[in-house]
Amino acid sequence: MQDLREGLINAFWLLATFDSDLVEITLRSLQVTITALMVASVIAMPLGTFLAIKRFRYRRLIVAVLNALMGLPPVVVGLIVYILLSRSGPFGVFGLLFSPTAMIIAQVIIMVPLIASITHQTIREIWSEYRDLMISLGASKVQRIQALLWDGRRPLLTASLAGFGRGIGEVGAIMIVGGNIDHATRVLTTAIALETGRGDFGLALGLGFILILLAIIVNFAIHMFAQTERQSLW
Amino acid sequence: MVSALFPLRLENAEMRRSGRVLVGPVNLELLGEETTVIIGPNGAGKTSLLKLMHGIGRLSGGRIIWACSIDKARYRQSFVFQTPIIMRRTVLKNLIYPLILRGQSRPTAETLCKEVAEQTGLTGVLGRDALSLSGGEKQKLALARALIVKPEVLFLDEPCAVLDGRSTREIEDILKQVAKVGTCLIMTTHNIGQAQRLADNVVFLLGGRVHECTKARDFFNAPQTTEATMFLNGDIVE
Ligand SMILES: Nc1ncnc2c1ncn2[C@@H]1O[C@H](COP(=O)(O)OP(=O)(O)OP(=O)(O)O)[C@@H](O)[C@H]1O
Ligand SMILES: [Mg+2]
Repeated sequence: MQDLREGLINAFWLLATFDSDLVEITLRSLQVTITALMVASVIAMPLGTFLAIKRFRYRRLIVAVLNALMGLPPVVVGLIVYILLSRSGPFGVFGLLFSPTAMIIAQVIIMVPLIASITHQTIREIWSEYRDLMISLGASKVQRIQALLWDGRRPLLTASLAGFGRGIGEVGAIMIVGGNIDHATRVLTTAIALETGRGDFGLALGLGFILILLAIIVNFAIHMFAQTERQSLW
Repeated sequence: MVSALFPLRLENAEMRRSGRVLVGPVNLELLGEETTVIIGPNGAGKTSLLKLMHGIGRLSGGRIIWACSIDKARYRQSFVFQTPIIMRRTVLKNLIYPLILRGQSRPTAETLCKEVAEQTGLTGVLGRDALSLSGGEKQKLALARALIVKPEVLFLDEPCAVLDGRSTREIEDILKQVAKVGTCLIMTTHNIGQAQRLADNVVFLLGGRVHECTKARDFFNAPQTTEATMFLNGDIVE
């Protein structure tokens, strides 16, 4: 109880004084996760859509693999990205290890299966409803995809929110590839891990509350922005 | 005026799925001057036959011949599905979608849709989410969306199956009006009364085959096959 109260006070204090370290860490968290989310969405949404409306040989296999990859342990992703980016690895020459870019790469890999899988399910469902109509109306391929993405925008938004949630709270992978370097790659989650290790529960909890707050605000903001609540249906 | 898409000829047209013959072989010629009503029991293949004619069902054998290629022909036709396909958007946006696909601008499309909305009694609900419409309203929306492109051929698959008496009459009036200005109607129905009110030609379908194809008057007065007689009497035909 003592720790929790201390955490709350700490969080309040950090926020009230606009603590510069906190601001920096928070912004980096957002920067990494939002960038990763955008990249992941650009990859995953067309992929999911393609898998939903195109029939080809290994489609089922790919979908199964994608679903399995949703459960990919972030630590393992971190490890693999680490090996790939480390100096002796194939992409070592770029010198990306322990940089925000490395963290973004790791998060993209973690987010893509999740977003692609939800996109696939959503678009497949809408496509099975629309198929006959689209063909009857003579909609071109591009027009079909436009209609599916537009009419599926609410569930797709939920998909990207799920991706955001997975990324912002993730610690295993970015700890490995980012290294939790102060003023360089430290983000909210890695800072929490560090402070917990040091035994500074107050600070750790304070950071934790801010993380939760952040997740709630972003979710809320996007929902408001897109008016995802179906007003008339209930 | 008869649409230049006609005559429509089906030559041994056949649809098979998973080893079963659903339709055919069907030989049929429609001249497009009159309303054709396809009747037959559940599972007779009515929906499948309509889809074949419209070119959205894959043909397994035989030929379907319009005056131009079937894809070009489809562009000048509309299809109202047995279960209405409603897009996840507002009624207005559902209604104007075919026009948007054809490159009309939003304002033009919205002006054009006023008339059909009025005609089908949808004016009051244009702003609503289309999924919140009642079953009957959805059916009317599907019809309105089909009419908005002023098709030369209108396929209707049980357009009044879920409508009450009054809506059915409203829809039938619209259909008669549309037919009068030159749209060729090809429809299915379970409602023998409706078939009598609307049909010029009747195609009686059973087990995927055409058992009779005659003038409506002849069909209802003196059906040629025992199956048709039984069907008209409300007996169960296999
Ligand atoms: N893709 C398919 N694969 C296998 N069987 C099918 C397929 N589509 C339709 N059928 C079968 O073909 C038969 C004819 O179907 P169809 O929908 O054309 O009948 P219908 O005359 O329209 O019936 P209803 O009056 O109930 O609408 C049915 O027995 C149906 O189960
Ligand atoms: Mg049917």
